[in-house]
Amino acid sequence: MTEPTAKQIKDEKLYQQWGLTDSEYELISTKILKRLPNYTETGLYSVMWSEHCSYKNSKKVLRKMPNKSERVIAGPGEDAGILDIGDNQAVVFKAESHNHPSAVEPYQGAATGVGGIIRDIFSMGAQPIALLNSLKFGPLKDGQTKHLVNEVVAGIGGYGNCIGLPTVGGEIAFEDCYEHNPLVNAMCVGLLNNTDFKHGTASGDKNLIVYVGAKTGRDGIHGATFASDEFTDKKNKQRSAVQVGNPFIEKLLMDACVEIIEKHPEWILGIQDMGAAGLVSSTAEMASKAGSGLILNLDKVPQRETEMNAYEMMLSESQERMVLCVKPEFVDNVLEFFKHFELDAVVIGQVTTDKQYKIYHQYQLVTDIPVDSLTEDVPEYDREEIQPQRMIEDKDYQFVPDIDSLEETWNEMLQRPNIASKKHFYQTYDSQVKANTLVRPGSDSGVVRIRGTKKAIAMTNDSNSKYVYLNPFVGGQIAVMEAARNIVASGGEPIGVTDCLNYGNPENPEAFWELDKSVEGIASACEKINTPVISGNVSLYNEYNDVAIYPSPMVGMVGLISDIDNVTTNDFKESEDLIYLVGQTQDDFNGSELQMAQFGKLKGNLRNLDLDQEKLHQDLIRQAISQKLIKSCHDLSEGGLAVALSESTFENELGFEIKTGLSSAQMFSETQSRFLVTIAPENKSAFEKLMTTDIEYLGKVIATPEFKVTTANESVEMSGSVAAKNWKEAITCLMK
Amino acid sequence: MKLVKVYVTLKDSVLDAQGEAIKSAIHSMGYNKVENVGMGKYFELRFADDYSDFEKDVDAICDDLLANPNIETYRYEIMEAE
Amino acid sequence: MKFAVINFPGSNCDMDLYYAVRDGIEQQVELVDYRAQSLEGFDGVLIPGGFSYGDYLRSGAIAVHAPIVKEIIRFANEGKIVLGICNGFQILTELGLLPGALIQNGQSRFICETVALRVVNNETAFTNGYSKNEIINIPIAHGEGRYYCDDKTLSELEANNQIVFKYLENVNGSVEHIAGVTNKQKNVLGMMPHPERAIEKILGSDDGLKLFQSIINYQVKVNN
Repeated sequence: MTEPTAKQIKDEKLYQQWGLTDSEYELISTKILKRLPNYTETGLYSVMWSEHCSYKNSKKVLRKMPNKSERVIAGPGEDAGILDIGDNQAVVFKAESHNHPSAVEPYQGAATGVGGIIRDIFSMGAQPIALLNSLKFGPLKDGQTKHLVNEVVAGIGGYGNCIGLPTVGGEIAFEDCYEHNPLVNAMCVGLLNNTDFKHGTASGDKNLIVYVGAKTGRDGIHGATFASDEFTDKKNKQRSAVQVGNPFIEKLLMDACVEIIEKHPEWILGIQDMGAAGLVSSTAEMASKAGSGLILNLDKVPQRETEMNAYEMMLSESQERMVLCVKPEFVDNVLEFFKHFELDAVVIGQVTTDKQYKIYHQYQLVTDIPVDSLTEDVPEYDREEIQPQRMIEDKDYQFVPDIDSLEETWNEMLQRPNIASKKHFYQTYDSQVKANTLVRPGSDSGVVRIRGTKKAIAMTNDSNSKYVYLNPFVGGQIAVMEAARNIVASGGEPIGVTDCLNYGNPENPEAFWELDKSVEGIASACEKINTPVISGNVSLYNEYNDVAIYPSPMVGMVGLISDIDNVTTNDFKESEDLIYLVGQTQDDFNGSELQMAQFGKLKGNLRNLDLDQEKLHQDLIRQAISQKLIKSCHDLSEGGLAVALSESTFENELGFEIKTGLSSAQMFSETQSRFLVTIAPENKSAFEKLMTTDIEYLGKVIATPEFKVTTANESVEMSGSVAAKNWKEAITCLMK
Repeated sequence: MKLVKVYVTLKDSVLDAQGEAIKSAIHSMGYNKVENVGMGKYFELRFADDYSDFEKDVDAICDDLLANPNIETYRYEIMEAE
Repeated sequence: MKFAVINFPGSNCDMDLYYAVRDGIEQQVELVDYRAQSLEGFDGVLIPGGFSYGDYLRSGAIAVHAPIVKEIIRFANEGKIVLGICNGFQILTELGLLPGALIQNGQSRFICETVALRVVNNETAFTNGYSKNEIINIPIAHGEGRYYCDDKTLSELEANNQIVFKYLENVNGSVEHIAGVTNKQKNVLGMMPHPERAIEKILGSDDGLKLFQSIINYQVKVNN
């Protein structure tokens, strides 16, 4: 393939195929360069100015997120955010979406999503300690979706298990809108023992740029560069753009990077993962942040394939690669250090002072552009936004459920894929490697202790996109608060948030409104409970045939448990314990699983969330846990009280006998700000005195797996074993 | 009986992580002349003699199941089986 | 006692084993690189779980060619204690120090779960702290943990009391529910479950502790 000339790129508007608009191209050629960019340069701008790298469509909205607290050491703009947890330790975490790659090649797409997020953590000098994931698919009806689910789950497990990090939490949901556009969001949490390490910059004249890790191939280079006949003749398509992960190499890379930063911080000025847009993104960001320039010599780059051009090398998304900035006097030590780990490490360039980004390939200068123009000069867009028509039309609609048989509805709800046990999937993830996991998947949060201390970290992923679809602002608030309740129910104090913002086309005013309003919702909730948003990513254009997914912000939250004695799980512990519902229940059926079950679609508005009351309940539960009053605690979410009660019995094969003022329908209401707790009988008065809010005494835990329920309408006795079977086996049955 | 031997391999441009690891092991055993190792999958499909359209089936089976066209390629041999 | 935890590229339970020895039974322990040439000075060798060399080709197959392996063989042949857990078990079978092989789980998926094991033989260096037929809860985490051997090997294993642990419920389709076996001399044990993850109650179980204590008991006896 011969490269088109700069003039051809302009005349034939080839830049459009790479995603640059006419006005963006105009800006580059007339204002920034004052000449026509050549092929390689056009490619660099097109990828660096993409939404994925530049956030040009979402920046304005993202600024609404709070990112400060007394714990924040580093916030957005780094590979991952850092929060102080005392004793010179910090947690580092981030979530990232890998939606499109997973739709194309589910196993590798999901696997490399996990690999990428792990690199974001250890490039901060932190030791990764746990993984989580949030997955959304179409309904488990046809073979294709099941295949997709199996492959994505296998990819996540294949990578995480091999590298040896426990997957301690996550969620999987199924809705029609994700059938052709699955969401794969992965989160990694790390522990940093050296909070002074400054990473991610390439500074200081003549300092060296070192490439470490796997060789570069043509992985992940999208569309335009491929000869057009590539995907026509099946037999001959010898090239592939799919990134393939190698967790074995990443394990070596992770161990090496963590060790070099811990033992020899003086050798290294900066370190960054080569993620999206590989070499260009990592090096340009490092130089731009430091106010430096760079010279790169691509002939030095370790290559897996032959005859790669500069554009391909710069944009390759080959996995398991890092870039380091190293002081010349230590470069031999650094190269020797990585050699010991059997990793390729080579010097590919050096830092300059002229703020230019210069690339040589085969002794030719193929790029010479201001480094800041790649990262700083990206136009920012102010998109039009309109409230979705459905919200206006349906604002007064209220879904009224119809419960013929409480027992039947109860069992039906337990079998709904969004509610039923996801053990079929998560038991394929190693949740215990490293021998620090205190709470494994299946409870409200995953909990990992910090060895050698009394501390533990609670973590969760949450997103109920059904609520966000009905009311983006309130839905955004709920996403944060549900995550926070999960942390609180586990005995933790919520300290920070990462997010993946998965939405449709931002050029669609309704989709942009959804983004904007839900971010405002997330921001207001985060401010309320002092959980800054310290990292995250944005995935827009999630559509298929012009139909967008539900607006799907995923909130990843981390909590600090200062004393592992406070770790609490959701399962009932023993009979005779008293069961309480904390928080008032109302008729919140719009957006509920019950609405989906009975009405088949979403409709109506959500009630405003009372943030003060929400925070009060979280604070009270935390106090009760730290005073050792609570034996089990479960956040109420999809399927409401009925589901929470059921889930609490399964682990220890217990039952309950309760009497409530709620109607049978209200057993499934999804009113927010509620917890289900059990306490020992002797703590009754202390607990009731502490709870200065609406609480309802429901009844007792019983030793046999029976559900004895009296609602305002009726009395029912159900088999807990049947309920357990329904809940446990539903997904396995559907996956057959 | 017709025997179809199907070989599925990674496309040249796709990282062959297993092949690389095996190559290192071979080198560590002293066989330094081995320059490349590729690892793939092997299948045997048998068809009854009275069925002549099997090649079309093999292609479809490979495209839709045995190989992942995003990253793999395949070839096959046809022979008489017992 | 002084233990060596062998660290192959891709081992990932090495530190878990290290802590189990250091904190669980409070003995000396060192990580030993796969390129090391000697196990001089060690009383026991522990081969950890993980994915040595990515588990590429076959689990454990490539590790067999690492430099330290010659020394592990010598160590085992001298009758000293060798324990392989999970990937370590796979390596020991690939090496031929233990009979049989570990193949893909019956359900073709990775499984991570805490399972009940029966202590079939409590008269070994690794199990003398348990009672016979004691039921213990130990986590498993593997995709290729299904123990396979031919009938002849199985009858030898049974005749020599080499089967040490069996799954109560056959989680992965192993021959005769086998979860762990020793060599004939009973100084080499391989097992798929992870006792090093069952050292503390807060992690869900401390049933694995007795396995490590058994090794100490045994060594004390030998030394006397």
